[in-house]
Amino acid sequence: MASGKQAARSSAIRKSRHILMTATTLGLASVLAAAAPAQAEEGSVKIGFVTFLSGGAAGPFGVPARNAAELMIEAINAGSVPAPYASTGLAGKSIDPIFVDENSKQKNADYQKLVEKDEVDMVLGYISSSSCKAIAPEAEKAQKLTILFDCGTPQIFEEIVTDPQYTFRTGAHATMDNVAAARYLADTGAKTGSYAGINQNYAFGQDSWRDFSASMAQIDSNAKIAAEQFPKIYAGQYGSEISALLTSKPDVVHSSFWGGDMEAFVIQGSARGIFERAKVVLTTGETAMHRLGAQMPDGTIIGARGPHGDLAPESELNDWFRKAYYDRFGTLPTYPSYKMAQALLGVKAAADKAGSTDQDAVIGALKGLEWEGPSGKVSMALANGHQAIQGTAYGTYEFDKETGKASLVDIVRYDAECVNPPAGMNSIDWINSGFEGAKCD
Amino acid sequence: MLTAVAIAVDGLGFAAWLFLSSVGLTLVYGVMRILNIAHGGFYALGAYTSAWAIGLYTQTGSTIALTYLIIPLAALAAGLVSGLLVERGILRFMYGRDEVLMVLVTYAIFLVLEDATKLIWGTDSYVSYQPAYWLGTIDVFGLPYTVYKFLIVGVAILVGAALYFALNHTRTGKLLLVVIEDREVSSALGINVTLFFTVTFVIGATLGALGGALTAPEISVVPGIGAEIIVMAFAVIVIGGMGSIGGAMLGALIVGFSRAAFVHLYPPAELFSIYLVMAAVLTVKPYGLFALSESRKI
Amino acid sequence: MTKSFDKTEWGLLLALPVLICLTFLLPAWVVNYIQVSLGTGLVALGVMIQMRAGLVSFGQGLYFCIGGYTAGLAGKFLGISDLFVLLVMGLLASVVIAFLLGFLLRRYREIFFAMLSLAVSMILFGLLSSTEELGSTDGFNLPQPTYLGWAPEGDLGETVLYVVTCVVTLGLALGLNRVLRSPLGYINEAIRENELRVEYLGTSAHRAVHITYVIAAAVSAAGGVLWAMALGHVDPEMTNWTTSGQFVFVSILAGTGNIAAPLIGTFLLEIVRVYAVEISPNTWQMILGTLMLLTIIFLPRGLWSLIASAKRKTAAPKASEIMEGN
Repeated sequence: MASGKQAARSSAIRKSRHILMTATTLGLASVLAAAAPAQAEEGSVKIGFVTFLSGGAAGPFGVPARNAAELMIEAINAGSVPAPYASTGLAGKSIDPIFVDENSKQKNADYQKLVEKDEVDMVLGYISSSSCKAIAPEAEKAQKLTILFDCGTPQIFEEIVTDPQYTFRTGAHATMDNVAAARYLADTGAKTGSYAGINQNYAFGQDSWRDFSASMAQIDSNAKIAAEQFPKIYAGQYGSEISALLTSKPDVVHSSFWGGDMEAFVIQGSARGIFERAKVVLTTGETAMHRLGAQMPDGTIIGARGPHGDLAPESELNDWFRKAYYDRFGTLPTYPSYKMAQALLGVKAAADKAGSTDQDAVIGALKGLEWEGPSGKVSMALANGHQAIQGTAYGTYEFDKETGKASLVDIVRYDAECVNPPAGMNSIDWINSGFEGAKCD
Repeated sequence: MLTAVAIAVDGLGFAAWLFLSSVGLTLVYGVMRILNIAHGGFYALGAYTSAWAIGLYTQTGSTIALTYLIIPLAALAAGLVSGLLVERGILRFMYGRDEVLMVLVTYAIFLVLEDATKLIWGTDSYVSYQPAYWLGTIDVFGLPYTVYKFLIVGVAILVGAALYFALNHTRTGKLLLVVIEDREVSSALGINVTLFFTVTFVIGATLGALGGALTAPEISVVPGIGAEIIVMAFAVIVIGGMGSIGGAMLGALIVGFSRAAFVHLYPPAELFSIYLVMAAVLTVKPYGLFALSESRKI
Repeated sequence: MTKSFDKTEWGLLLALPVLICLTFLLPAWVVNYIQVSLGTGLVALGVMIQMRAGLVSFGQGLYFCIGGYTAGLAGKFLGISDLFVLLVMGLLASVVIAFLLGFLLRRYREIFFAMLSLAVSMILFGLLSSTEELGSTDGFNLPQPTYLGWAPEGDLGETVLYVVTCVVTLGLALGLNRVLRSPLGYINEAIRENELRVEYLGTSAHRAVHITYVIAAAVSAAGGVLWAMALGHVDPEMTNWTTSGQFVFVSILAGTGNIAAPLIGTFLLEIVRVYAVEISPNTWQMILGTLMLLTIIFLPRGLWSLIASAKRKTAAPKASEIMEGN
């Protein structure tokens, strides 16, 4: 290289360094300037939405939830949701959303930024139980209304925040998914001599299997565990696990796989006949029903972590929600979308009841509130009115080759009191006590 | 007995997948000394292109047989386009930089590729199971296996053999070995090193895309699948010896069989089986099994 | 060692009151990012001092996690909440483990060191992820810290924790700077340049690497304790390879030129990420990746070279540079 060129190049580098230096200084300055509180728009309620927008949980959960949030915000602001939610906005004030990615190492600092810099009136979100565990105490510390809409661990109000003031959860916790799955097997007369599990090796998968196997032990004391498989989350390849399941010859296979992992398991498992040799229970199977179509074998037991999606009872609100979602996004809403809609309608019901969007007023109204979501009635019955309970339902998959439509048959609904522990009782203790005090019809 | 057979077949199937997903990585490292994190991005691009193309094609209702042609074509398209863009657009300005810095460069590229994939295909999953089903299953001691799995094993052997032949028995391959041995001398001998780099990188990217494209019919293609294979592929090529094709094959077999054994015999340890194996192998053979000897410069 | 303070050390000493004043000047959320950045910055510092010896640890999250979990376990099972006791316990745990693992790892260089350290950290990740008693991947929460029997609550508690974090971080940084200036520091640089020559000169490269590895582990564990106390929560994600990877990327991006670089680099990267998420919540990774590439192209020696080159031009250092520890 000629030396002249080199000199020119190094001077260019020097120049660009200057630019970068200035940019860095400006960036820092803007951080400090931006730190000055920006005035929120008058007459609007600012809500921070935190869901997965990147990573493996974005596709099945985070983005459907965000889509539902966008749809509901528009409808609520326009007053186009069916009765009793036909009034505009939250107590007349329109919602001003800000979306944040839950896929972050600094969730707590991100939360504080939402509260202090963005000055949100409330935070609504969190799909992962790990996030909820970290955020719940933070919310109490920051004294900011925070609504957890999806995460499943029962520990939030049982252990982490035992006296919640600002934290609410508008979705039922994960215990009922697996209790109801065991009950459904018994109620539909499935053969349960031996059962096996394939669950992801992380907290949700381990908890799901623990609750399911404990429930099975109560419901059919002769049933034996044939195999327990715990592949890594997002593994995608389940060849060995399916072979292990096949060689153990179980009557029932339980799986709390979700998203891409669950779809991969259905594709690989159905090709190798596991669905014919055993009754397979997919506790989150609903999200894949319409995408997999004929690929999901008939007779698979499908759950939706609550009475959501295809398991939702018929109502005007549900019909409206399904149609509006389909028209806008081209797919039917799955359970994360339902849970988001449920949370937002809960907030709206509380604000409308209080006639104000003032934090204390909303908290007061939300405590112990009962409201109708697209999936039916929700009531904030546990944890001093901060934790929702809800019934659930399971169904059996059927694919109509003529019309190419997937549907659920033999749907069995379970009341909230039948599949949830009573207030003040720890989930696993309740199962091991033989579902003490459960009220089932 | 049944378990032993299952471990053997499952292990082989998993090893074939591992080899196809990691051989491009070892090739790029061997020639260019770049530990390419963006390899995961190429894998994801291949998977998406293949799933998307198969989905479009099967909607027409034509014979499934042609999808086996779509898969390699999708891999080729994804690998050529993205590999050329990355190498010509970014990497060629970075040659000669520190190896560690190159890891960061490829990580940055990986981040960009991840979001680019998301922008093109969205976040909904893509399923394209038709090719994996169409060939049916065969029973091995009463255990049904998809024929497609054995097809992947065949492709893995074919790719391995082709690379071995191309490197050792063609003129270009021999020149490439010279480039690997000493970049400066080969440049002085009149070998067009830049061209070799470009071609190698594009082949590496295409192999990564091929791994993804072949896997797509067996899985549900979702955001984040690229990140999952990076560490696994690193482990495989480190166990085998960096930059060695045979090493990648051996590494894939070791990891594949041991993972299958863990799943069948002691499932809780599956989560970190691959790292246990890597730690064990490196403890005994600090530079991997097929380490290329390197002259130490005093 | 009776060396006088060099410029970096004066800078670190001056930075302490500045950092503490910031808590009253800046809004709490920025201070919060500074606080967590100091915690993770210490781990990046641990990565950086190994990098000076040519070792790239892709498993530094191991010690970050050991620090955090030691504090968490001591709080959960022994009821200890005294920050100083927890720090000492975290340091001890990491030093013992690093000392033992060091015998294995000191034989490795380059990619093999990177991958073996990654493997070890991932084995811990696997173990913690399958331990349901410790909340598995959800982790568990930590108690509020106390200080020698004093238990400040609320805002005061947070300010005290911030101040202690600043003091400990800068103290450790100062100590590390001494290490870099000591014979060990120079041996490490020689190892990076040419290990064989170091051996010919009669010094044990293995021993130097071993000591460096233990020091890096201790610093990272301290970062883990401080970070976990600020967050009030630990989970196995701390030792996942993606976390370790970020420490490496910060160290490269910031540059290995100065002890303060990883600390400032961590904070800058964090702020850039926050704004990237705010501007484009769906494609923030793309923005981050592009900025990284631009930085590497224009600043191959890391962000620190900005400050270093500016210093050369202006004879009299500006106030802002003193603040940043130059």
